[in-house]
Amino acid sequence: MLNIENIKKTFNPGTITEKVALRGVSLHLKPGDFVTVIGGNGAGKSTLMNAIAGTFKVDAGKIVIDGKDITKLPEHKRAKYIGRVFQDPMMGTAANMQIEENLAIASRRGQFPTLRWSAPEAQRAYFREQLKPLNLGLEDRLESKVGLLSGGQRQALTLLMATMVEPKLLLLDEHTAALDPKTAAQVLELTNNIVNSRKLTTLMITHNMRDALSCGNRLIMLHEGRILIDVSGDEKKSLTIKDLLAMFEKAAGSELNSDALLLS
Amino acid sequence: MDLIIPTISQGLLWSLLAIGVYITFRVLDIADLTVEGSFPLGAAVAAACMLGGMNPVLAIFVAAFAGMLAGVVTGFLCTKLKIPALLAGILTMIALYSVNLHVMGKANLSLLQVDTVFTLYSIPDVTLGNMVLVIGAAVVVFTGVLCYWFFGTEIGASIRATGCNPHMIRANGINTDITIILGLLISNALVAVSGALVAQANGFADVGMGVGTIVIGLASVIIGEVLFGTRSFKNCLISVILGSIVYRAVIAIVLQMGMPPNDLKLFTAILVAAALSMPLCQAKLKKRKVAE
Repeated sequence: MLNIENIKKTFNPGTITEKVALRGVSLHLKPGDFVTVIGGNGAGKSTLMNAIAGTFKVDAGKIVIDGKDITKLPEHKRAKYIGRVFQDPMMGTAANMQIEENLAIASRRGQFPTLRWSAPEAQRAYFREQLKPLNLGLEDRLESKVGLLSGGQRQALTLLMATMVEPKLLLLDEHTAALDPKTAAQVLELTNNIVNSRKLTTLMITHNMRDALSCGNRLIMLHEGRILIDVSGDEKKSLTIKDLLAMFEKAAGSELNSDALLLS
Repeated sequence: MDLIIPTISQGLLWSLLAIGVYITFRVLDIADLTVEGSFPLGAAVAAACMLGGMNPVLAIFVAAFAGMLAGVVTGFLCTKLKIPALLAGILTMIALYSVNLHVMGKANLSLLQVDTVFTLYSIPDVTLGNMVLVIGAAVVVFTGVLCYWFFGTEIGASIRATGCNPHMIRANGINTDITIILGLLISNALVAVSGALVAQANGFADVGMGVGTIVIGLASVIIGEVLFGTRSFKNCLISVILGSIVYRAVIAIVLQMGMPPNDLKLFTAILVAAALSMPLCQAKLKKRKVAE
């Protein structure tokens, strides 16, 4: 479903703040793969996500989604294939607009906007039905502005919006990191429900190793702009945090800076 | 008392400018200074067309088209060429000063010798002053309804979302360069129409008539929002129109009370500065109260 071939990215090349963020990353995802991505600060996790989403163009390499080469497409044109949830709960929704208006925009992701009415009454029943499984009572608040919602509610709504039009690839960029532990657990459960029930091809960055091990069918660890560890299937199922740390030490030849990763 | 009708009439004609400023300042979240040039551009284009024998109604449409072009130029500068929006607006505004002089051929054109939209169709027993009120109200209601409809459509909603959260709308497949250019186009078209109408009502177009229009627009927007609310987009549109009328009333009152007309712009600037700093002052006051 997703084919990444040897992508490279250097920020601010030739200046004092030069930063090599991706040193040649290749990744192949099969349809329905749910991959968790871990790595320390500056490992290139978010850079990888943003490279796929098209926030910037990569220096070298190729990104193909479902047979379509998107390497040169601008961000908004990739949205047709990609659903995204950001780390910052404020980033995925428009705060000054109603829940209904946000959902209406998401329900047309990848389509060219027209002069039809944006949030017609006829869509309301559909929106309510979509909101109900979130168990947040949002189905009764269609006309509330999104700015009135809590961070957890906004992330749940963003997750719904990102998957409303089925994405070829779902990108979750530490989408529970800004939430309190209880809310984070709820949003993660919702994520598992949506991704597993609809078999969405998903890349999920997390800084929580336990989540990385418990979710999905494959795990990759990035380190200094490269994929260091890549485990899947039964091997991943039996993996423990201790194993993971040992694997890291062996592969990287250094001890993992545990400040950067939550071990619990 | 005899000031009431002209005050409301002027407020209505200038309210199109206020809606234009609302679209950039609040909807797109851009302080667009192009209006300082597109307002006199609308006046200049309409005046030149009318003096050339064109129907005054048609002249307003030509003015609107000229305003659209001005908006597109600013939009192009700030999206495609990545010039900060404030500076892009200033560049277009300065360029338009020369353009306006070219359009008019001189600094000032009188329209007293030609028909305007206000003199073209006369209704028996209705004075010219009242015609301005009637036509002004009709144009404003028409424009208000059109704006309400447009910003409720899929394209309009994309423009509103762009100002609110460009990341979100790009992640949903919308090209924000296009929505920003489109917003600036609509805004400056309205501002140019406002300029054309004001020129026709006042009987002249002047190259300097744009000075301070951004501040007048902001004053109308802020007064309207404070007095009449911001609950929904419809509410905001009505607030801005009423804000424009209230602004004219305030000006009329302070002039009546003996303020020299030369101080008008200073007065307006202080009014806007005070209104814009209000949230900060309120927060500070609240903090002090909590501390006590």
